Amino acid sequence: MPPTLRPVINFRRSTAVLVGLLTTTALTGPAPATADQETPAEPPKVELVLDVSGSMRANDIDGRSRIAVAQQAFNEVVDALPEETQLGIRVLGATYRGRDKKQGCLDTQQIVPVGPVNRVQAKAAVATLRPTGFTPVGLALREAAKDLGTGSTARRIVLITDGEDTCAPPDPCEVARELAAQGTKLVVDTLGLAPDEKVRRQLLCIAAATGGTYTAAQSADELTGRIKQLVDRARDTHTVTPTVVAGRSACDGAPLLGPGVYRDREAFSEHRWYRVPVRPGQELRASVSVALDRPVNRDHGVLLRATATDGRELVRGVDAGSGRTDVVSAGLRWSATEDRTDEADPTPEASTGTIAATTVCLVVSNSFAPRPGTRATPGMPVELMIDVVASSPAPAAPDLGRGWVLLVLLTLAGLLTGLAAGLLTRWWVATWREN
Amino acid sequence: MRTPTAWTGAALAAAGMALLAAPAPASAAPTPSPGATPVTRAGTSFLTATGVATGQPVRVDASTGDHLYWSFPASAGERHEISATVTFPKARSGTSTWTVEVFDGLRRRQSCTAGAQTPTVAAAAGSVSLGCTLRQVRSWAEPWSADPLPGTYYVRLSVTELPEADLGLPIDVDLLVGADGEGSRDDGELEAPLVPNTKAGTVLAAEPTAAPVEEETGIFDWLPDLGSRWIWSTVGGALAAVAGVVGFALTRRPRRP
Repeated sequence: MPPTLRPVINFRRSTAVLVGLLTTTALTGPAPATADQETPAEPPKVELVLDVSGSMRANDIDGRSRIAVAQQAFNEVVDALPEETQLGIRVLGATYRGRDKKQGCLDTQQIVPVGPVNRVQAKAAVATLRPTGFTPVGLALREAAKDLGTGSTARRIVLITDGEDTCAPPDPCEVARELAAQGTKLVVDTLGLAPDEKVRRQLLCIAAATGGTYTAAQSADELTGRIKQLVDRARDTHTVTPTVVAGRSACDGAPLLGPGVYRDREAFSEHRWYRVPVRPGQELRASVSVALDRPVNRDHGVLLRATATDGRELVRGVDAGSGRTDVVSAGLRWSATEDRTDEADPTPEASTGTIAATTVCLVVSNSFAPRPGTRATPGMPVELMIDVVASSPAPAAPDLGRGWVLLVLLTLAGLLTGLAAGLLTRWWVATWREN
Repeated sequence: MRTPTAWTGAALAAAGMALLAAPAPASAAPTPSPGATPVTRAGTSFLTATGVATGQPVRVDASTGDHLYWSFPASAGERHEISATVTFPKARSGTSTWTVEVFDGLRRRQSCTAGAQTPTVAAAAGSVSLGCTLRQVRSWAEPWSADPLPGTYYVRLSVTELPEADLGLPIDVDLLVGADGEGSRDDGELEAPLVPNTKAGTVLAAEPTAAPVEEETGIFDWLPDLGSRWIWSTVGGALAAVAGVVGFALTRRPRRP
């Protein structure tokens, strides 16, 4: 039966082609997302701040004195320093031998200036250090921040100390808070050498205020490994710092933001407003993180709302939690619906053939509660990320099917229909012949 | 002629049955892909999260109390599983609760469908295992929904409750992000994946001027978009037609020799 054979061959060929087509459509999903890396113009800058006060003489780390362990760690760090990283070293309590607290508390020097490191000089400078005086941590931090200067990228200070500040005021934690509130992004990582409870509290407070970390180092290996890690991190996490912006207390006159990352501060129960222009056919994406840089009550939450200029809520993003955390974040997406009457800002559309952008108001609020004694000012760090991209229209789903089950069903239905038609034809032909 | 057609019919039916009985994807702990370079770093914030690929093992020394961030790319149809182990080389003074949290590119918290997301561990334990299986990534979702979408995902590992004296002690962290699942079967596509824009922002001085209306009407605009449903349905129709002819042929009397 040649007439049936040919269709069978064609069917085979066409299935091969169509199966091929299907596989290609199934495999071409969206490409894996990768953030476009922007190479900052500045080299990474980090300063090590070492406590060389009298208590560093104690022989309690693997049977060696604290200062000896720190010196060894510094040598290894200087040897392993990445080429592009600019390192500075500042010491505190290194020179003043007297008992006058007022003078001893001014005792901090930069022994290696921040810049490309001369390894021999840096090691020689570290080798001559002898534990001597007081512990002016606060002053040293302030000076270290000056050493690092201001610029467009984040800077890191690594503070290594074994004892609490003996010179407050200024209280080191207050200094850290003050530095964090300034324009330049400054992170202070702290390392406690054989720390006691008071030292730990103080270092934790400094680290939390600047978004840094705290480590208790109890051996030479731990200390060396951690400093190396922090210096490497200064290079890896050396990103362009977000633009500083100040949100308003209402949508009117709030800063108009383009796509990108912003920094702001928000106090307890404060509302901060921003505006973003969104054109028709565009989608607004916003996310916010509020950092817990001070002790707050156990439960906390963040709310990010997008509203129209008339106050009508468009969409909200919310997150809440309890317990220890660094930031609480929320995000949202919004795009103008197809229906023009439902737009956020019914701007009078002139007959000039142009479409005005819709202004969307964003408001960030938090439900943090201060603990007794927690400072309320400056506010907590807020990181706001805005993006405006092409909106993704709802898929126009045709009344069609998909999947292998559908193919099998249709094939079986076709087969059964063919069989029924064949049987019917045979019966009809037989009846016709008899008559 | 009868035998070949019968065989074709039987083969079609058998293939159909085999396709219907396709096995469900087996759920197992993620394993590192062979030859993947281990990552030995971690970020400390969303902006500085260290990027990892699925199947790439992470091993990091850290301090108790650090908030460690990693990010990984996800595409539609994938189901991710994150497993982490925190090892404690030093003795600790009390019980602690650890957590692995996942956020999408908009920093929206993602639910875990399975896994020990926040285990509590006794002071004497030497290590703790954490896990989180995410929902399947959709190819499209309404802007108002919280469905997982293609883009960047963030993993944050931290300790949420512990005695303060244990802060700063060393820990070793092992982490692995595994992915399984094939392409998405949803309709629709996200125009831009949820990849955060990490440039420094620019505050605009004034509202942008109105954009001219784009009058673009092509000749073929009335045609529906060629989606996979069209292809599936067309193939189905063709198969039905062929099967009909085969069925019809089966009822024919074999030709007498």
